[in-house]
Amino acid sequence: MIVASLFAQAPQVPEGFFTQRDPDDLSCVAENGFCPGWIVENFERYVDPFFEHVYLVAVSVAIGFAIAFCLGLLAHRQRWLTGPLIGATAALYTIPSIALFLLLLPITGRGNTTAIIALVAYTQLIIFRNMVNGLRNVPADAVDAAAGMGLTPTQTLLRVEVPMALPEILAGLRIAASTTVGLATLAFFAGAGGLGAQIDAQINFKSNVVVAGGLAVVLAAALDLLVLGMQRALMPWRRAAPA
Amino acid sequence: MSTDAASLEFRDVVKRYPGADENAVDELSLELPAGEICVLVGPSGCGKTTAMRMVNRMIDITTGDILLDGRSVTERKAADLRRDIGYVIQQIGLFPHRTIADNIATVPRLLGWDKQRVSERIDELLDLIGLGSEMRDRYPAQLSGGQRQRVGVARALAADPPLMLMDEPFGAIDPINRERLQNEFLRLQAELRKTIVFVTHDIDEAIKMGDRIAVLRKGGRLAQYASPAELLMFPADPFVEDFVGADRALKRLALQRVRDIELWNGALCRVGEETSAVRARLAEADLEFPLLVDGQGRPKGWLSERGLSGERVREDIRSRAEPVLDLDDILRDALSDLLSTETMYGPVVDAEGTVRGVLSLRAIANALNIAPEEVPSSAELASGALTQ
Ligand SMILES: Nc1ncnc2c1ncn2[C@@H]1O[C@H](COP(=O)(O)OP(=O)(O)OP(=O)(O)O)[C@@H](O)[C@H]1O
Ligand SMILES: [Mg+2]
Repeated sequence: MIVASLFAQAPQVPEGFFTQRDPDDLSCVAENGFCPGWIVENFERYVDPFFEHVYLVAVSVAIGFAIAFCLGLLAHRQRWLTGPLIGATAALYTIPSIALFLLLLPITGRGNTTAIIALVAYTQLIIFRNMVNGLRNVPADAVDAAAGMGLTPTQTLLRVEVPMALPEILAGLRIAASTTVGLATLAFFAGAGGLGAQIDAQINFKSNVVVAGGLAVVLAAALDLLVLGMQRALMPWRRAAPA
Repeated sequence: MSTDAASLEFRDVVKRYPGADENAVDELSLELPAGEICVLVGPSGCGKTTAMRMVNRMIDITTGDILLDGRSVTERKAADLRRDIGYVIQQIGLFPHRTIADNIATVPRLLGWDKQRVSERIDELLDLIGLGSEMRDRYPAQLSGGQRQRVGVARALAADPPLMLMDEPFGAIDPINRERLQNEFLRLQAELRKTIVFVTHDIDEAIKMGDRIAVLRKGGRLAQYASPAELLMFPADPFVEDFVGADRALKRLALQRVRDIELWNGALCRVGEETSAVRARLAEADLEFPLLVDGQGRPKGWLSERGLSGERVREDIRSRAEPVLDLDDILRDALSDLLSTETMYGPVVDAEGTVRGVLSLRAIANALNIAPEEVPSSAELASGALTQ
């Protein structure tokens, strides 16, 4: 947040703060404290940033998953690509996030596109690596049986290998989703909105930081539950009790 | 319900893996008539799996050819060929994410069967392998090892292929269940009459399952190709002799039933019969003591001298007629019964319990001199038992 404070201007007093009736609240707000009354009154202002945030995360994770999934399939067919692709995605992952947002600015300009490109880049390592590991850990006997019964390589991949690798693939998706929720709070560096912009707007005001940050946590938890639900729905065999 | 079984021929088949300096399979030539089980047997690493997997082109043939019903397996697209060949491996390879029904339906669905037909086939196969239809919606993890193996066999049989490849299918099963599965499978085969290539490293399993046995030695060279009885009686060389084991005479006994050998004549007698008639019969018999039987001809025991001392036969038994053997008993089991009751003879009864002769250790020894052509394979024994 050091960079953030450099960029942030002196805290402005938001409009409407002093129309509050409750004197306790007034002083609380004046002291930049944690003020439940203020939060209830002003919750509305977080709705748009929240959905911007959801949008950034959903689009980035979806695109990121699609790319990493295809790269994973490719690397599974062309084994020699695995090493270079792991290297490339790992290199992307090590670029400090703020640096990446700022680096992209001259190329793609300010806005959601830049933010999404950066966020997609960060999902690659986790999803790709889990995908490759998942496919590699599929028991050889199931693959051998599939081929031996006359499934083509593509049928074997889509009907046997991918479904059996799904637990690891979805585990990667879960981590990627929560990481992206966090990273997206920095997307305002690229000129995108979201909860990060809201935090940054009043970084010294505790109520603001708590509400915006809290919403990010809630979003991360919700996404986690969503993927978990997908796991249960897609993998009934994992719940089947062994004999 | 069965499509016709296919004949199979290996013609000078060679496999050399890239980078290997020795062939894994070397100039292998074999002919297998339709409807028979050919067992590939040999020590670990001798190329059994390699030879088998070239049939469905899971491994490419280096030189030579494999013909299925006279047609080269290389003529067809590999995936099409494989849908026509049942495939069972030791690790079974059931799909853990698919239900038992879906596992069994794999090949029929690839072949585009309609739903109704697939569903009926699943029921038919579950019935065939003795699993209830409540198993349909279970997952493989919910089955025992033996049940999974049965499902593996059912899955391979699903589209009724004319040829089955089985690589140590019962290798991972405990001995008791393995024996059960082997027997079940032989019964199934008696009905289905598929052409089967069966790989094992266990000579006893080979003898039990095979109509013909191909013994391979290191480097994938064929040491002998023969019926089980011939293999046991005339091993081609010291390697085969050593491989079939020092107890090969005993193993041959496992291929015969009591009804297959010439039984001894015993003198039967009933209480109240004239002893002179019994003595006349004794003179003709192979055995010096008469066997006392009841009104239905069922054995009561060996008669003592005193029982014969009067005018008429009295019920005076020197020893009980144990063990009582059945015409359908496997000769090796019958021998074991004789040995464990420490006796040289036992009455043999038919299904009604009526005495049909006497089995003696000497009769068994004589049986080992029968020409191998007359000794059936276990597969034939199983089908014989079925038709009775
Ligand atoms: N994919 C492969 N690449 C190179 N060599 C192989 C390959 N598969 C098998 N071999 C070699 O070929 C030989 C025959 O192997 P194969 O698996 O056919 O033996 P096997 O008779 O089935 O043995 P086991 O009873 O142990 O299963 C062995 O020496 C093995 O090391
Ligand atoms: Mg093998």
